[in-house]
Amino acid sequence: MTATLAIENLKVAIGDSNVLRGVSLDVQPGEVRGLVGESGAGKSMLGRAVLGLLPANAVIASGRITFEGRDLLAMRETERRDLLGRRIALIPQDPMTSLNPVKRVGSQIGSLLRHHLSLSKRAALTRAAELLTEVAIREPERVLSLYPHEISGGMRQRVLIAMAFACDPSLVIADEPTTALDVTVQRQVLQLVERLRLRYGSAVLFITHDLGVVAKICRTMTVLHAGRVLEEGETAEVLVRPHHAYTRALLAATPRADRPAEALRPVPPALIEQLWSDARKLDSMSVARPA
Amino acid sequence: MADIAITSPAKSPSHLGAGLKRGGARLWVGAALVAILVLVALFAPVLAPHDPLEQDLLSAQLPPAWMQGGDPAYFLGTDSLGRCVLSRLIYSARTAVIVALIAASLAALIGVALGLFAGSFGGWVDQVISRLIDVWMAFPPVLLSIVLAAVIGAGLTSVIVAIVVVDWTRFARVVRAETMVQLTRDYAAAARAIGLSRAKILRLEILPNLVPLLVTLLAVEMGIAILVEVILSFVGISVSGDTPTWGSMIAEGRQIVYQAPWIMAFPIGCIIASVIGLNLLGDGLRLALDPVQRS
Repeated sequence: MTATLAIENLKVAIGDSNVLRGVSLDVQPGEVRGLVGESGAGKSMLGRAVLGLLPANAVIASGRITFEGRDLLAMRETERRDLLGRRIALIPQDPMTSLNPVKRVGSQIGSLLRHHLSLSKRAALTRAAELLTEVAIREPERVLSLYPHEISGGMRQRVLIAMAFACDPSLVIADEPTTALDVTVQRQVLQLVERLRLRYGSAVLFITHDLGVVAKICRTMTVLHAGRVLEEGETAEVLVRPHHAYTRALLAATPRADRPAEALRPVPPALIEQLWSDARKLDSMSVARPA
Repeated sequence: MADIAITSPAKSPSHLGAGLKRGGARLWVGAALVAILVLVALFAPVLAPHDPLEQDLLSAQLPPAWMQGGDPAYFLGTDSLGRCVLSRLIYSARTAVIVALIAASLAALIGVALGLFAGSFGGWVDQVISRLIDVWMAFPPVLLSIVLAAVIGAGLTSVIVAIVVVDWTRFARVVRAETMVQLTRDYAAAARAIGLSRAKILRLEILPNLVPLLVTLLAVEMGIAILVEVILSFVGISVSGDTPTWGSMIAEGRQIVYQAPWIMAFPIGCIIASVIGLNLLGDGLRLALDPVQRS
């Protein structure tokens, strides 16, 4: 079975600093994989690399990214654009800024549908209303005629989720979709993602720093630090019997309802220091230094 | 799944009404002044009591009708050749409106296109266009049109060309900067993530965000175009001598300003009212068109 997404030994550098140091990871069809790491671990960069949204000064030094067996880095720009939004979709991090402020909700969903499915304007609006119903928005017709600033953050994130699943994608990259939201809204958003992915049979790469979220919805998980994969496996396995010291430290730093708050331990600075120096050692080995 | 359903906000705002309200008094006053200007220009032959070129040397330099010695037939008096000042003011509006519309629209068209180009491509494209902007901004339009008048002859065309050639930079500069800012916003990245091409992103996502800004610029530019035309007709290198313009009226009135100050005062008043009207309208429209702007 071809993996939906396969990343092999991906190295990305921005200027002089390496952000990804040979990351390999795959997502099988229908799988929900959590990608966990602290900020700066390179998890968002990984998502952006798949989508072709790396900053202009970033360089992919080596590695392959294949989507359903097709090499994303080698294919032509037009081919890749045809996949984006249709077969590979993004649920962005910040619902407040990810919608165009001067376009009505309906016109934003509509232009996506018209772009990929070549629907007529009227058909696109009808389909957009159906999509909003799927993400449990009442009175969808009225919401379609509103501007993003007229609806709440939770509702905007629903609109973005509806857009991500609009064209029946086989891979959805969720880039910390709950981070900018209220805790009470977070659970609802997770439920929605879970429901829509089951309905459309999409695989999900769920980027987050929240182990609680991973435990809830991801079957498999990958722990990333300093652009390296430290540990991966079945979520249940990794969370119960973590092999890497960093994963254990992360778990100890995660608040849980069944443990007193005093049991919380920050990740030891010495460990982080150690990991970074390992990463730098890796850099100096791969770069041939002129004498 | 009823527990996660969201009901949309209760109020059902009328967007048009809300927009007009945001525009406020500025919008109304500006729109009224501009409407008067345009209507006067359109219906000049109907509104003017006299032929603006008809001379009557026996009733030269008549004061306005309400002053002593005024003639009710010449409401705003006559100039030194006995031509009706009111009729000449009315016909002058035509030149002003034509220059404002054509010159400002052309400058906007060129400036927006090049600005979008420079802002979205960056690199050497941006370098070339930015240097071009720097060079042209250093060039005074009045000087340029004197040169143009010498090359292609005096007239409305060289006035318009001069304004366009210099003032596209106003649009290009602002649009370039704003395009760069907008492209860094998350919604632009989201647009790329759904596979839109660069051209489509600019047209469908970025340009709508620039509309409020462009409307203001366009209105201000129309005011500037009117002023440039006034300056050029004041020095006599705009339209041919027998077409009345506010600038040429000021030039004529200047010579007899002590005997008949009203001849100069009225066209100046018209110019001020037009430019203020355009600026207010632009300001009001910017507020009215921007759905995100809240006072």
